[in-house]
Amino acid sequence: MKILVANRQIVRPGDVIAIIEDKKAVVEERYFPDKHIYIRGNRVMTDVVGLASINDNDVQVIPLEGKYIPRVDDVVIGMVVSIGITNWILDINSPYPAVLNANEVIENFNPITMNLRDYLDIGDYVIAKITAFDRTRDPVLTVKGRGLGKITEGTVIEVKASRIPRIIGKKGSMLNLLTQKTGCSIIVGQNGLIWLRCSDENVLDVLIRAIRRIEARSHVRGLTEEIRMFLDKNLGKTSG
Amino acid sequence: MMHEKPVLIREDGLRHDGRRPDELRPIKMEVGVLSNADGSAYVEFGGTKVLAAVYGPREVHPRHLALPDRALLRCRYHMAPFSTMDRKSPAPSRREIELSKVIREALESLIFVDLYPRTSIDIFIEVLQADGGTRTTGLTAASLALADAGIPMRDLAAGVAVGKIDGVLVLDIDEVEDEYGEADMPIGYAPSIDEIVLLQLNGVLSLDEFRQALELAKKGATMIYKMMKETLHNKYLRILSEE
Repeated sequence: MKILVANRQIVRPGDVIAIIEDKKAVVEERYFPDKHIYIRGNRVMTDVVGLASINDNDVQVIPLEGKYIPRVDDVVIGMVVSIGITNWILDINSPYPAVLNANEVIENFNPITMNLRDYLDIGDYVIAKITAFDRTRDPVLTVKGRGLGKITEGTVIEVKASRIPRIIGKKGSMLNLLTQKTGCSIIVGQNGLIWLRCSDENVLDVLIRAIRRIEARSHVRGLTEEIRMFLDKNLGKTSG
Repeated sequence: MMHEKPVLIREDGLRHDGRRPDELRPIKMEVGVLSNADGSAYVEFGGTKVLAAVYGPREVHPRHLALPDRALLRCRYHMAPFSTMDRKSPAPSRREIELSKVIREALESLIFVDLYPRTSIDIFIEVLQADGGTRTTGLTAASLALADAGIPMRDLAAGVAVGKIDGVLVLDIDEVEDEYGEADMPIGYAPSIDEIVLLQLNGVLSLDEFRQALELAKKGATMIYKMMKETLHNKYLRILSEE
C-alpha cells in the first residue's frame, strides 16, 4: 500500500489517501466505518473531514466533526430526561437515548413501594458507563464502578464529542497536564460532557478556557505545549 | 410578462454577461456559517445564493417514521418569498417538492445511511436569491453542510447545469439563459468516485449534444468540486492562523 498523505494532514470526504498495489486486494467497495475509510477499486478513500493518522503502513482518519455514537465500555455523562416504572431515560448527547435500569441504582428494587423520582429526578446529571449497545436497541448504562453515579457537586461543560480524543491526548497526556496544572478533578465523558471540580473559581475559569481552546484548535500540531504555556501564564496571574 | 428574446450569444461568441461558453459564474463558498446546526454551508453561483443546514444523525420525530436498518434522510428545498422578482408563496410548491426529492436521492447514494439505523439526517436548503441553477447550487451547499456535520459519505457532490442557447452548449446557465434557451440539463457529479448522482433534462438535445453536454458538465463540476474541498480545508486553516 502506498500512502499519499502526511500524518495529521487534513482530509475531506472523497480524498484518495492511499493506493493499493497488491492486485489481489482490489475490491469493488469495502467499508471500514471505525477507521473512516473505504476501499474502492485500488484506492483507499476517506468518508469524513478529519485528520489522517498513519501507523506502520496502516492508515485511518480521526474525524473532526460528528455526533457521539455510543460504544460499549465508554464512560459518558447523561442527563435524566424521563422516568419510567423501572428505569430512567438519559440524554447522552447522541442520536440514541440511554436506559438506566432501577436495579442498577437501588438494591432490592421493588417498583410497588419505591418511586424512582426519589433517587434520580429529571435534570439530574449522572456519570455512567455503557454496558450494552448494538444500534438495534438503545444503549444500556451502569453506575456500578469507581467514580460513577449521580453528580452532586462541581460543574458540567459541553464540548464537541469529536474533540474528546484531543482533550484526553495521547495516552492521557493532555488530561494529565490539565489535572496536574490546575489541581482540579476532571472526568471526561466520551459523549462530549466533562465534569469539573475545582477548589477555586478562578482556576475553574482558566481550566474551562483551556478546554475551549483545545476544542477550537484540536487539529493544531504541538497543542499540548501550547496549552502548557497557556496554563502557566493564566494560572500564575490568578494565584499571584 | 413576456419580453422580447434577448441576445444570448453575442457576435464575439461571448454570452450576454460576457462569459465564455465553458465559463462558470463567480463562485463563493463558506462552511460552518450557522452555529445552531450540526453542519452548514453558504454557496453563491453568481446571483444565486443558497444557505444549507444539516441536523443529525438525531432521534426521529415522529417516531413511526424511523427505519430499522438505516438512517432516514429528509431534505427540504425551499425558496424564500423574497428570492424571486415576484413574491413567491412560502408554501412548498410542486416544483420544490420535486427538487427536494431529487436532491435527497442524489445525497442518499453518497451517504453511508446504514451506519445509523433508527435516526434521521435532516437537510434544509434555503434559496435566498434565485438566478438560475438553484437546485445545483443547493446540492453543492447541501453536500458541504453534510461534510461539515461530520456525516460519513463516499464523496462530495458538485452540482452544475449545462444549457443549449442559440444552438451553443454553455456551462452554468443563469435565469435569462434558462428562460430563453433551448435546453437546460442540471447534473450532480461526484468526481472522486466518478458517479453521476443527479441528472435532469428540460428541452431537446441530440444524442451527440447530450454527450458533449455531459462532458462539459463534468468538467465544470470538477472545478466546483476543487473549490468545495478547499472550502472545507480553509475552515481549519483559518483557526491555525488566528492566535
